[in-house]
Amino acid sequence: MIIPALEYYLLLGAALFVIGLLGVLVRRNLLIVFMSIELILLGANVTFVGFAVALNNMLGQAFVIFSLTVAAAEAAVGLAIIVALARHRETLNVDEIDTLRG
Amino acid sequence: MINVAWLVPLLPFIAFAINGLFGRAYLKKTTGLVANAGVLGALVVTVLLFLAQGGHPEPETVTLWTWAASGDLTVNLDLRVDALTLVMLLVVTSVSFMVHVYSIGYMAHDPGFWRFFTYLPLFVFAMIMLVMANNLLVLFVFWEAVGLCSYLLIGFWFERRSASAAAVKAFLTNRIGDVGFLIGLILVWHVFGTLDYDEIFAQAPAVASAMPGMLTIICLTLFVGAMGKSAQFPLHVWLPDAMEGPTPVSALIHAATMVTAGVYMVARFNPLYVFSADAMIVVALVGAFTALFAATIGLAQNDIKRVLAYSTVSQLGLMFMALGVGAFTAAIFHLATHAFFKGLLFLGSGSVIHGTDEEQDMQRMGGLFGKMRVTGTTYIIGGLALSGIIPLAGFWSKDELLGATLLAGGAGYLLFAMGALASLLTAVYTFRMIFLTFFGSTRMEADRFSHVHESPAVMTIPLLILAVGALFAGFVGVPPEHGLIHDYLHDTFLAAEAAGLMHAPSTAFVVTLMAISTVIAVFGILIAFSIYLRKRPAPETIGGAAPFIHALLVNKYYLDDLYDLVVAGGTRSIGWLLAWFDLNVVDGLVNLVGVVVSLAGNGLRRFQTGRLENYAFSVALGTALVLAFYIFMVR
Repeated sequence: MIIPALEYYLLLGAALFVIGLLGVLVRRNLLIVFMSIELILLGANVTFVGFAVALNNMLGQAFVIFSLTVAAAEAAVGLAIIVALARHRETLNVDEIDTLRG
Repeated sequence: MINVAWLVPLLPFIAFAINGLFGRAYLKKTTGLVANAGVLGALVVTVLLFLAQGGHPEPETVTLWTWAASGDLTVNLDLRVDALTLVMLLVVTSVSFMVHVYSIGYMAHDPGFWRFFTYLPLFVFAMIMLVMANNLLVLFVFWEAVGLCSYLLIGFWFERRSASAAAVKAFLTNRIGDVGFLIGLILVWHVFGTLDYDEIFAQAPAVASAMPGMLTIICLTLFVGAMGKSAQFPLHVWLPDAMEGPTPVSALIHAATMVTAGVYMVARFNPLYVFSADAMIVVALVGAFTALFAATIGLAQNDIKRVLAYSTVSQLGLMFMALGVGAFTAAIFHLATHAFFKGLLFLGSGSVIHGTDEEQDMQRMGGLFGKMRVTGTTYIIGGLALSGIIPLAGFWSKDELLGATLLAGGAGYLLFAMGALASLLTAVYTFRMIFLTFFGSTRMEADRFSHVHESPAVMTIPLLILAVGALFAGFVGVPPEHGLIHDYLHDTFLAAEAAGLMHAPSTAFVVTLMAISTVIAVFGILIAFSIYLRKRPAPETIGGAAPFIHALLVNKYYLDDLYDLVVAGGTRSIGWLLAWFDLNVVDGLVNLVGVVVSLAGNGLRRFQTGRLENYAFSVALGTALVLAFYIFMVR
């Protein structure tokens, strides 16, 4: 099995992270923003895996499983909030959701 | 008997407490009886005490309790009973009782009836404690307490702007004097190490020889307090204004008792004063000048009570003049007789005001004698006593203190001239007042004149009793220098005798002086008779003959205006300055803090957009900066 060099893992992870970050910063739809956050998490996960392989330490991969679990729970809670918000405000445009109160 | 001395102040205090607590809601008109009972009780106990102590009472003290003890300073609440205290107590309680009886009639229709009869016994209590004090600090406390009562009673009709202003004026003017008194008190403590009378007096000769300058300063600062309380020039301005109070208050507090506290205090401290010739001459000159000064103003006043007020200032000046030449007995004698005849005159003027439906301007009276015979007769008796007509009370005492100035020699001749001139003016303004008020044709409107009536018996009986006092009180000082009162007070003023201030006049001197006094008084009455009854010369032409002097007298030498300009105006200017400083500088600093915070907030609120991406960007940027810092800067 060919194991790619660490640099590729890091480049992929950084690319995912930056795409996710840009998505959070520039997109207006709350759903897209939410998905972008997931991308950031994935970027971090890829970096974890890369270092786990390079350092031959399974702790990194265990962290990834852990973080995926948390991400799943976060997705459930986050989506529930977005649905509630969509029903309440009839919009998902983050520019209009800026009052910081009900 | 000395063991019940505490009843004298306690009984008026109980009356005060009962009326103060229950007067408004429950007692209402009964407060008059409660107050009268309390003061009558004090009078009875005083008389019993006087009889029990005999003809030559030794000074005795009753210690009630230790008021304060701190370090070397122990202040006991002692009651002192000696000859001087007993004389003062007799005067205070008897005049107080007459005024209390009279007030039931005078204040009958006043809505503040219960309040009046709460303050009045409180005053009597404080005045009694003032004369019974055996300690300079206790004296000072009650000195202030009578001042407080004076303030409350001058401002009794506080809805009237002038009355509340007069009350404040009296209070503030007295404060000036009291600062002097307080300085004197502290110096006494500093020099003598005690505040008890007897211990001070015992050390007086030693202190006088060790530091005579300090003793003079102590005497003068204490005298400043007396000037405030007894309305001596230049602190006299509050007393004429104090006439805004109800007339019984003027009679009791501002004629008979409280204003004499200064005279009493100087007489009480005679063992100090006799060692300071400088202080004595100051006392005498201030007194003589005030006597003459106030008498001239009295000539030109038209308010019946103001004439009496200036007369009181003038007579108090004569008392200080006597104190200053060492004639302590004569001063206390005049104090006592003055309390009777001036109390009588004030109550009489109150009766006139009551009977004429609140008229105080003598130019709008006249011819009242036929309508008010009792008031008129007693008023004339009081006027004769004040003018010094033999054999009424005022004659003996005034004659004696004039004689004392002559016997003192030196500056005494100047004092005598001033005192004699003041006596002449006294007779003139007194009978000007009597002629304008009671005689001649009336200057009232016909329908108002027809409503003039004599006052009820509850008011006229005190007038009659005081008239008896004005007629006969002088006989306690007869023969001159050897009367009952001289014998009685002899031991109190031993220090004056030891200092060689007592002089034994020859019979020829006494008789000559009596003749001179009588001529002066009769001459003054004749002047008033000629001008104000026979109109030769007519009163109007006199003012026209010397318009400058007339304006000076009518305007009280413009002293009130001067004080208004300098003292009140100066204080107000400083107030304005400080108000400007406060509004602009102090408030400016406070507002500056607010403005800075507000501006900062305005700037910072731009970061709180509520937009998710802005926050996310900040987080990302911050993270990037921290990372950059660690990557590039930390090695």
